[in-house]
Amino acid sequence: MTNTIIWTVAILTVLGLVLSLVLFWVARKFRVEEDPRIDDIEKTLPGANCGGCGFAGCRAFADAAVKAGNLDANYCPVGGNEVMKKVADILGCAVKETAPMVAVVRCNGTCEARPRVNVYEGAMSCKVKASLYGGDTLCLFGCLGCGDCVSACSFGALSMDPATGLPVVDESKCTACGKCAAACPKHIIELRAKGPRGMREYVSCVNKDKGPAARKACASACIGCGLCEKTCTHGAISVADNVAYIDFNKCKLCRECEAVCPTGAIHGVNFPKPLDKDAVKKRIADRKAKAAEAAKAAAEQEAKKEVTNG
Amino acid sequence: MAKLTFSIGGIHPADSKLARDCRIETLPLPPKMYVSMFQHLGAMAKPVVAVGDTVKAGQIIAEPGGFISAYVHSPVSGKVTAIGPRKDLAGFNQMHVEIEVQGDEWAEGIDLSSDLVTEIPEDKQFILDRIKMNGVVGLGGATFPTHVKLNPPPGKTAECLILNGAECEPFLTSDYRILLERTDEIVVGAAIMQKVLGGCPCVIGIEENKPEAITAVGSSVSRLGYPGIRVETLKKRYPQGGEKQLIDAVMHRQVRSGGLPIDVGAVVQNVATSLAVYEAVQKNKPLVTNTLTVTGDVIDPARQHNYLFRIGMPLSYIAEYAGGVPEGTVKIVSGGPMMGKAIANLDAATVKGSSSILYLGQSTTRHAATPCISCGRCADACPMGLEPFLLKRLYAAGDVAALEQNAAQDCIECGCCQYSCPAYVPLLDNIRMAKAQVMGVIRARNAKK
Repeated sequence: MTNTIIWTVAILTVLGLVLSLVLFWVARKFRVEEDPRIDDIEKTLPGANCGGCGFAGCRAFADAAVKAGNLDANYCPVGGNEVMKKVADILGCAVKETAPMVAVVRCNGTCEARPRVNVYEGAMSCKVKASLYGGDTLCLFGCLGCGDCVSACSFGALSMDPATGLPVVDESKCTACGKCAAACPKHIIELRAKGPRGMREYVSCVNKDKGPAARKACASACIGCGLCEKTCTHGAISVADNVAYIDFNKCKLCRECEAVCPTGAIHGVNFPKPLDKDAVKKRIADRKAKAAEAAKAAAEQEAKKEVTNG
Repeated sequence: MAKLTFSIGGIHPADSKLARDCRIETLPLPPKMYVSMFQHLGAMAKPVVAVGDTVKAGQIIAEPGGFISAYVHSPVSGKVTAIGPRKDLAGFNQMHVEIEVQGDEWAEGIDLSSDLVTEIPEDKQFILDRIKMNGVVGLGGATFPTHVKLNPPPGKTAECLILNGAECEPFLTSDYRILLERTDEIVVGAAIMQKVLGGCPCVIGIEENKPEAITAVGSSVSRLGYPGIRVETLKKRYPQGGEKQLIDAVMHRQVRSGGLPIDVGAVVQNVATSLAVYEAVQKNKPLVTNTLTVTGDVIDPARQHNYLFRIGMPLSYIAEYAGGVPEGTVKIVSGGPMMGKAIANLDAATVKGSSSILYLGQSTTRHAATPCISCGRCADACPMGLEPFLLKRLYAAGDVAALEQNAAQDCIECGCCQYSCPAYVPLLDNIRMAKAQVMGVIRARNAKK
């Protein structure tokens, strides 16, 4: 009995020692030489493995960055500029500062603005719903309200607002990984620059129907009237397919477009003061009057010149 | 005689053929018609008329947009007032031709008499051309262009033509009514298709719950005396009218995954298609009319109807003519309750494949889904031998390769799984998406080859 135990322990110990030596040798012999920077970068990254950078995960990102030797094709939206700086330090290369982005829901079709004409009772998935029919309202482009974006978000930054039936983005949690934008079958969610102190201006509608049809479907739809485009002095707004779009790289946050929009489709968020529409409209009118006067004066000057020449 | 049926799966919903004794009535013309350019499988038809043109009933207004596509004809005489997008019954924009109705004048060369023409043209190509030029598509639901289906690819021959008179969907009675009222025409249509397919035998399959139709067709077949046509009684079981199920029931052959019926020598056509073929070939009359049932569980028996409608009439016009939307309606469906589509927009126009306006009440609303209890009833019910619960899980996991391995692409979307699920899991909703994903992968792979 005692003998058996002693033998067992002895054999197992010897076996263990021999095998550990074999493993040690194998680990040495077949070691895969890997750049230690890959590990360093991976540790620096947030480790969310969200795929927002376009790579399969943080490890793949680090691998690609080290292989390329620069950060031209790599940007971690979750970590932002801070993390990218650290990554750049590890790699010893430069990194371009990128404006922080945030997911923006470009639909304003609340329950009041967009009357429901149908009730959906199928599987609660926007993808399924979009494949079956045009939606609960007359708007073919707006939010379907089943929350595919909410379930796609790995950061808990999205939630459905039961009062409006629309998703709400929690800016403090949103990392702009873009998963929600990819999950939305109606392509309503866009990644836009967060803006100075979070201030930004955007058209909260993607309805491509002509004005009357869009208006009939939703009281706060963009009707493609082009007033904002004409008013904008920065050339930031363009109207295509009956819907306006504000280029966030050109927008100077003057809020004039928001003031002139007849349907309230243009939204400004995080501004310290509420928009005084009348004051802004007066400012626009004054500017236009001045411009008209200047044009008139110029024309008169021209006429005088012609008279003297003639 | 033994009753035929398919070998696996299937369910037995209540048959609810409430409008079975209502004779087919002809609907008067509405002031405006909206003819969709997308009422067949395949490519969209291209309009060949312009706004302001006057058209006659039966005149071609659109050409096929590809090999698998169909001609579209004006259902009425009048003036084209608009060509552009209009919402279909699902609420999506589709190209429509809007025609203001003026009188009822038909294009030349169309025989409008009701005399039965039993003599079948000798020339096969002539028959096929007539079917093609008159825009005939399969009226069983899929609206696949008939001239394509009747022209098997080289190397494949039809061994049996199956005429589908199963009408296994609850509530629908339009096929039953035409089997009773247009019996001879349907039998002649079958003989015409037999001729095109090289004289193969023809089986007319009718479910056992329509004994009057079985007798009527049987006597018509023996009276008209075409060789090789026989009537078979099918068991009442859903989805008996599915193409692959019907082939299994009648010929005891299975179409392999990804295969076509012609691979096992079968061509399946609906009885309504047979009627359309008869009219196209013998009368040169285009497919501009079809039969539709107005029925439902909330509508009283006096207001149930079977209508002969012109294709392009707005559904709302037909509903209004039949007495408006009945009280207690919570859902309006076009097609049967199993495979039909809920109508999101009642102003939509009827299309070639429209078969019903179905008013359903509170009892048909869906229950809230609860977690799957892995009972396997869906797998028992699936007539294609699939495992719906597994497909749903694989879809949720996004595993397209495993979906293909488990034959998600074979789903015929009959809804048996969802019907039999005690946990009310929306199985079909998910499998339909999975099927689309797999089909996309298969198509991409084939395109590469």
